[in-house]
Amino acid sequence: MTTTPGRIRGSVRALRLNLLLTVGLLIVICLLLFAYLGPLLTDAKRAEIGAFKPKQRPSSEHLLGTNTQGRDVLAVLTLATPQTLNIGLIAGAVGIGIGVLLGLISGYFSGPIDPIIRVGTDVFMTIPAIAILVVVATNVRAVNVVTMALIIASLAWRLPTRAIRAQTLSLRERGYVQVAKLNGVGDLELLVKEILPNLLPYIIASFVATVSWAILATIGLEALGLGPQNEYTLGMMIYWAQFYGAILRGFWWWWAPPIVMIVLIFVGLFFTSTGLDQIINTRLRRAV
Amino acid sequence: MYLNYIIRRFGMFLLVIVLAVTINFIIPRLMPGDPVEAQLATLVATGAGYTVDITAMAEAYRAKFGLDQPVWKQYLSYWWDLLHLDFGYSLANYPDTVAHMVTSALPWTLGLVGTSTLIAFAIGSLLGGLLAWPTVPRALRAFIPLLMIASAIPYFLLAIVLIFFLAIILKIFPAAGSHQFGAILRFDLATIKDILHHAVLPATSIIVAGIGTWALEMRGMLTGILGEDYITLAEAKGLKGDRILLWYGMRNALLPQLTALALRLGHVVSGVILVEVVFAYPGIGYRLFQAVQIKDYFVIQGTVLLLILSIAFALLVMDLIYPLIDPRITYQRR
Repeated sequence: MTTTPGRIRGSVRALRLNLLLTVGLLIVICLLLFAYLGPLLTDAKRAEIGAFKPKQRPSSEHLLGTNTQGRDVLAVLTLATPQTLNIGLIAGAVGIGIGVLLGLISGYFSGPIDPIIRVGTDVFMTIPAIAILVVVATNVRAVNVVTMALIIASLAWRLPTRAIRAQTLSLRERGYVQVAKLNGVGDLELLVKEILPNLLPYIIASFVATVSWAILATIGLEALGLGPQNEYTLGMMIYWAQFYGAILRGFWWWWAPPIVMIVLIFVGLFFTSTGLDQIINTRLRRAV
Repeated sequence: MYLNYIIRRFGMFLLVIVLAVTINFIIPRLMPGDPVEAQLATLVATGAGYTVDITAMAEAYRAKFGLDQPVWKQYLSYWWDLLHLDFGYSLANYPDTVAHMVTSALPWTLGLVGTSTLIAFAIGSLLGGLLAWPTVPRALRAFIPLLMIASAIPYFLLAIVLIFFLAIILKIFPAAGSHQFGAILRFDLATIKDILHHAVLPATSIIVAGIGTWALEMRGMLTGILGEDYITLAEAKGLKGDRILLWYGMRNALLPQLTALALRLGHVVSGVILVEVVFAYPGIGYRLFQAVQIKDYFVIQGTVLLLILSIAFALLVMDLIYPLIDPRITYQRR
């Protein structure tokens, strides 16, 4: 048995030892600060068409230059980053919500429901996400950030469902769950009070992985031209840069900033989730 | 036992196909309004329909959707058409069929995915194997964080960076296309050289981004294997390090690595689609991109179905072969 303070002290030590998680969290925190404080300090007018003389190289006036439409690239980047993160967070939250529910039900109740959910998840895992998402996004008219997030969320539940189901299966057999069951604790109470709290580390790790997957999926759809046409997102920045031939014409300051930002997002989330996995698995190894 | 496994696995394959077709059928009908009107309106608005007779196209469209019939009848005739490989006509290139447009693009994609994934798999696995070895030089270990970063970057972003440095600034490789513009494709040395020259950059972006994933996967797998008793025995027998690593360690990690390849196939293909878009490489992905730009709905649908079908088929074949080549596997239900 570990006491709560002991557990917290353990987590702090693990955090200090786990370089990956620390670096990952640091990147993520910086990104969040930039994304949600940046727009407050930015004049949205700078991002509009024809705000400035087009095609300017980066200068002290325009740190990241202007594009062919006369938009200030830094201003567009500042407004686009939170939107992309929002899509990832909304899709991730919806996905993890559905995933936890399905995974719990499937893993806890044996009976006809488990094979249905398990096979269903396997079938959906086989289909490349981009194929379904393209069909959905083509049929939805007027895509905005929220609809985009919901389109992505329609497939974001698969990985969490699988992960949570596997963990629930093993938790179900633990001694304390069995004891509670023998004492006549109801299924719902057992799920909420005994199993769910112990799933928390896995839920957090799945959430980070799902957000990362969701952002990858959005950027893919946006690169195909299926993103929100009238809103700023990182994927749409790349799409428009490509659309206006920025790469071939050598306007590197137009496409490089969103790429750097996207790479930072993925590296930050990847380090965080790998670090979390390492901590969870070490704890698991010690517990056995 | 194996027969049972085959039947279950095949049932799974059929389920995937049914699901994919059903999704393709339902989604356009879930949206409010008349899909024919809406599609044609966007088509006219984007200016793609100016070359063909709109009314003839509307008729083709309406017949295809069969909107005046009950839904179950529409569903059955949808299946009937698909079973006859009839995916309808392209709206933008009207008399051209979707089946022809998609299959003519397929070889380019297969070539690109096949070669670059194999190369990435081979280099990545070797590198990962070396990195798992306890006595590997420190300098090589510095690669690990680099590999992690590489594995986290989407292929097509790397592609853009490669185009900028190697095609625009240094002008070593072409920035777009699969061969010289307007060249006639013959089976001779010049054509092959031209095609390879054009394929270098797209392939490189897939390989570089792919190596990281395979290396990390192999490293993880090998760390587990190196703790096994037979490795200790091999060491006790006085076998050389490289022999243990290659023939006792990596050989046993290679087959599970194939499973990882199967699991990631969908991810790899999505990545390749976007790389094709960036390079205007005339495969399935670029076709899809062009169809999305002008809302050529049947082409989108046909491409998507073909994509799902081929991936499901590849996975089926891999799953059926796998128990035959790896004696450690059992066909038991999980």
